[in-house]
Amino acid sequence: MTATTDIATFGVAKRRPGERRRSRIMLTLLLSLFLVYSFLPLVYLVLSATKTNGDLFTTFGFGFGTKFNLWQNLSDLLARDNGVFMRWMFNSVLYSTVAGIGAAILATAAGYALAKFKFVGRNLLFALVLGAVMIPQTALVVPIFLLLALSGLSDNPLGVILPSMISPIGVYLMRVYIEQGVDDELLDAARIDGAGEFMIFRAIVLPLVTPGMVTVALLSFVGTWNNYFLPLIVLRSPEYQPITVGLATWYQLAQQGGGGGQVLFSIIITGALVSIIPVIVVFLLLQRFWQGGLTAGAIK
Amino acid sequence: MAMSNSPAAATRPARLGGFTSRKLAPYLFLAPFVLLFIAFIVAPLVYAFYMSLYRDTLVGGRQFAGAASYIKVADDAKFWGGVWNLVLFGIVQVPIMLALALLFAIVLDRGQVYAKGVFRLGFFLPYAVPSVIATIIWGYLYGPTFGPFTQMAKAFNLPPPDFLSPGAMIFSLANIVTWEYVGYNMVIYYAALKAIPSDLAEASRMDGASPGQFARLIQLPLLWPAILLTIIFSINGTLQLFNEPYLMRALASNTINSSYTPNLYAYSLATKNQQYGYAAAVSFVLGIVIAGASYIFTLITNRRRPEQ
Repeated sequence: MTATTDIATFGVAKRRPGERRRSRIMLTLLLSLFLVYSFLPLVYLVLSATKTNGDLFTTFGFGFGTKFNLWQNLSDLLARDNGVFMRWMFNSVLYSTVAGIGAAILATAAGYALAKFKFVGRNLLFALVLGAVMIPQTALVVPIFLLLALSGLSDNPLGVILPSMISPIGVYLMRVYIEQGVDDELLDAARIDGAGEFMIFRAIVLPLVTPGMVTVALLSFVGTWNNYFLPLIVLRSPEYQPITVGLATWYQLAQQGGGGGQVLFSIIITGALVSIIPVIVVFLLLQRFWQGGLTAGAIK
Repeated sequence: MAMSNSPAAATRPARLGGFTSRKLAPYLFLAPFVLLFIAFIVAPLVYAFYMSLYRDTLVGGRQFAGAASYIKVADDAKFWGGVWNLVLFGIVQVPIMLALALLFAIVLDRGQVYAKGVFRLGFFLPYAVPSVIATIIWGYLYGPTFGPFTQMAKAFNLPPPDFLSPGAMIFSLANIVTWEYVGYNMVIYYAALKAIPSDLAEASRMDGASPGQFARLIQLPLLWPAILLTIIFSINGTLQLFNEPYLMRALASNTINSSYTPNLYAYSLATKNQQYGYAAAVSFVLGIVIAGASYIFTLITNRRRPEQ
């Protein structure tokens, strides 16, 4: 906070007050242009979700339709294909939550081992984990699908949840976080008092690193929510698919035009709107975690 | 979930005395992560490499082919065409995206605008939209039938812009990716700027440096690790582009063919043609291209790294 004010005064100290205000207004206008760009597609989405399918074609995209049709669109959306939309939403929430919590716990335990213990192969393991970030998705997803099929787990939600619990970035973040935030003397004192290693982890380390864990959970939650390729390949049955795969299927169907595709447009747009609300809410609630956490690793 | 069996396992050695438990503890803490890592990263990679050494034939089944697939990829115009598309894409898109992100981060950090919080949140918001949904929304905006830009052009009797033509497609895709990730990169830079000690600004003001000089000579070198990180992430993300072109195919199947990007190519080889071995080889070569590009970039920039 102090840094901001210092730099702010620094930037304008030598200029006259009028000049300073003018540059402030100019910069605000410049950034506002980009803000319009950032919001435009979302505004379009909200407006379109209130229109009838006919109005989508006949009224202006950035204006209102002739009739406020949002509630009808929502009920059409929920009724479509025997209510499969809510099932997709439920799947996305379930997969993302389990993957987020699981990734945070696994990354914290692994990060703790890497930060506070000396053991054979520590550096090699850490290098392997970081190297995994470079591997292209396709190199993994298709063989994962084939291996799952071999082990009888094809078309099983575990095929999406378990891989999503691996967060190399999370291990890296938690290692840095624990190295800096957990005092060695505290751990040694607990050992002298006779505490077991798991007890020390649970009672001393976990409470100290909770903010870091929330960050990792948030990153994995969003990563799993947004993931498309892995569930697209691994899950065949519509009732197991997450919202990204489900909506994309409807979208492709509608573009092909056949089978009442046209009617789908307003349903897809309404579904897209509903589907982004949970992530936006999570981001707004957990602001301080993504604003700090995205970068814990960038500076160190 | 995978932790459920470790409490018992971790406390047992503790009772045997401090020495044993401390030696075993790191392995027990690592076990759940490492097990999944082996199952879903190491094993698939090994399996993919194994498959890439075989050839799937319609009549003869699976035959050992050695490095034949890799030799074929090295000479595959479809694969390299896809890589070339993305190199062009990246040269245009990545610098624009990162420059905007850096500019916004510096302006917001200095507090030279009104309503700072609104901009910070607003720019980041698109990152909360899954790329699939972002592509669907932009697809409708680009749409030649009821897209609002087409409507506006028609209202003014202008020829409607064709965002989906072969020449424009790469920019239309670049726009979607830029829209999604400017805010994400801005947040990375913003947090890195916040970590710069405030007395540096004070000191350089005392020495009579201008705000521009301060940005160029003090902030940029200190931001360098963050910038390098975002560039490596962007190279990685660009060369793996899949979701956006895959869904845009539904709108413009003539413009985006099945080998428009390397990942799209590997996907269609594996799913449409069941050429798993060749798809695996394509993915491996792509991985090598990505690692190579990141490595070369790091080497070049380390040599030219701004003095601190």
